[in-house]
Amino acid sequence: MKQDAAKSLRAFAAELGVYAVLVTGYFFLVLHVLGNWLYRLETQHRVLYAFVAVLLIAGQAVVLDALTTVLFRLVRGRSK
Amino acid sequence: MFFPISNSHINPLYLVVVGFVIGILGGFFGVGGSFIAGPALRLMGVDWNFAVGTDLAHIVGKSIVAARKHRTLGNVDLKLGLIMAVGTIAGAEGGAQLIQALKRAGNVNTVVSWVAIVVYVGISVFMLWESHKTLKLHKGKSRRTQNTATSKADHSAFGPVTKKIQGMKISPMINLPTSGIRISLWIILAVAVVGGFFSGFLGGGAGYIRMPSMVYVLGVPTHLAVGTDLFEIIISASYGTFTHAIKGNVDILIALVMHTGAVIGAQIGVVATQYFAGPKIRLAFVPLPLIGAAIVIYTLVTGHKF
Repeated sequence: MKQDAAKSLRAFAAELGVYAVLVTGYFFLVLHVLGNWLYRLETQHRVLYAFVAVLLIAGQAVVLDALTTVLFRLVRGRSK
Repeated sequence: MFFPISNSHINPLYLVVVGFVIGILGGFFGVGGSFIAGPALRLMGVDWNFAVGTDLAHIVGKSIVAARKHRTLGNVDLKLGLIMAVGTIAGAEGGAQLIQALKRAGNVNTVVSWVAIVVYVGISVFMLWESHKTLKLHKGKSRRTQNTATSKADHSAFGPVTKKIQGMKISPMINLPTSGIRISLWIILAVAVVGGFFSGFLGGGAGYIRMPSMVYVLGVPTHLAVGTDLFEIIISASYGTFTHAIKGNVDILIALVMHTGAVIGAQIGVVATQYFAGPKIRLAFVPLPLIGAAIVIYTLVTGHKF
């Protein structure tokens, strides 16, 4: 039982590590690129910005959820 | 990191950690966590209007992740969530209109603060009484079923009142097989409108009102109430994000960064619900509205707007 818990914890820590690296890359690449474009959109085309904002957060949710699920499966599979 | 839309400098790590904490709370209790996110953003110097709008955007993303996970566990009643979304949006508009009227009258801060304190403390006291009583009543039974912590069978000391509400035959009656209840459409809408009203009036997703209402008024099992509330929040918070974005109150870049932490937190929160019975989740919920009340009392006493 304790071994299982330790394995799960290790798998989770590994998942978190990989996730942190990916997210850091995401900050610097995607947000840097999107930042100026979104700023211009927010000041010049508010309605379009509102649409894009909802789409972006929903899209990120789906993508990151899928990413963490895949990561979790991969890490779990390796630790077994 | 500079966020040009809200013209603020915030450490992204801080946003990720805040998102992570709120994610856990959201996944476990089905709440948006605005009572923490709003003050956390204000603490970093983000204007109040941006704090409210950005928090709503972040709630959309976090709720999608948590609701998807809850759905895989069978904790989402889609039919109930869709019906409630209609009432929530209508109620939110009503709450926002009242805020505008109070703004014109010039006493919005005092009225909202006192209503918030009464509502938050009232919910906490009631849930403390109910969950404590339910746990006491079912102590013997829960011992026998302790090995099946994943059971979603729910008990509530408020059950007899809930049964009476479910017994009100005001047509049309709606069958909700996922939640295992049959109830009048008007009662569902009334609960949703009240939740939406407080969302528009006090801000955030108002999960602290809707989740308990679904359990005590509609009789939805706690696990399903948490999952369905999150699903419903996706729709109502998306609407809120859209309208706030048009008014120039959303810094989507901040929301995106916060959300990266919330993704992990929400998944931990959802998985944790599987290890707790309904009354224990409700008992653990008790401090949350009290934290909200404490923040409001602090702002009233010190005059400091978080």
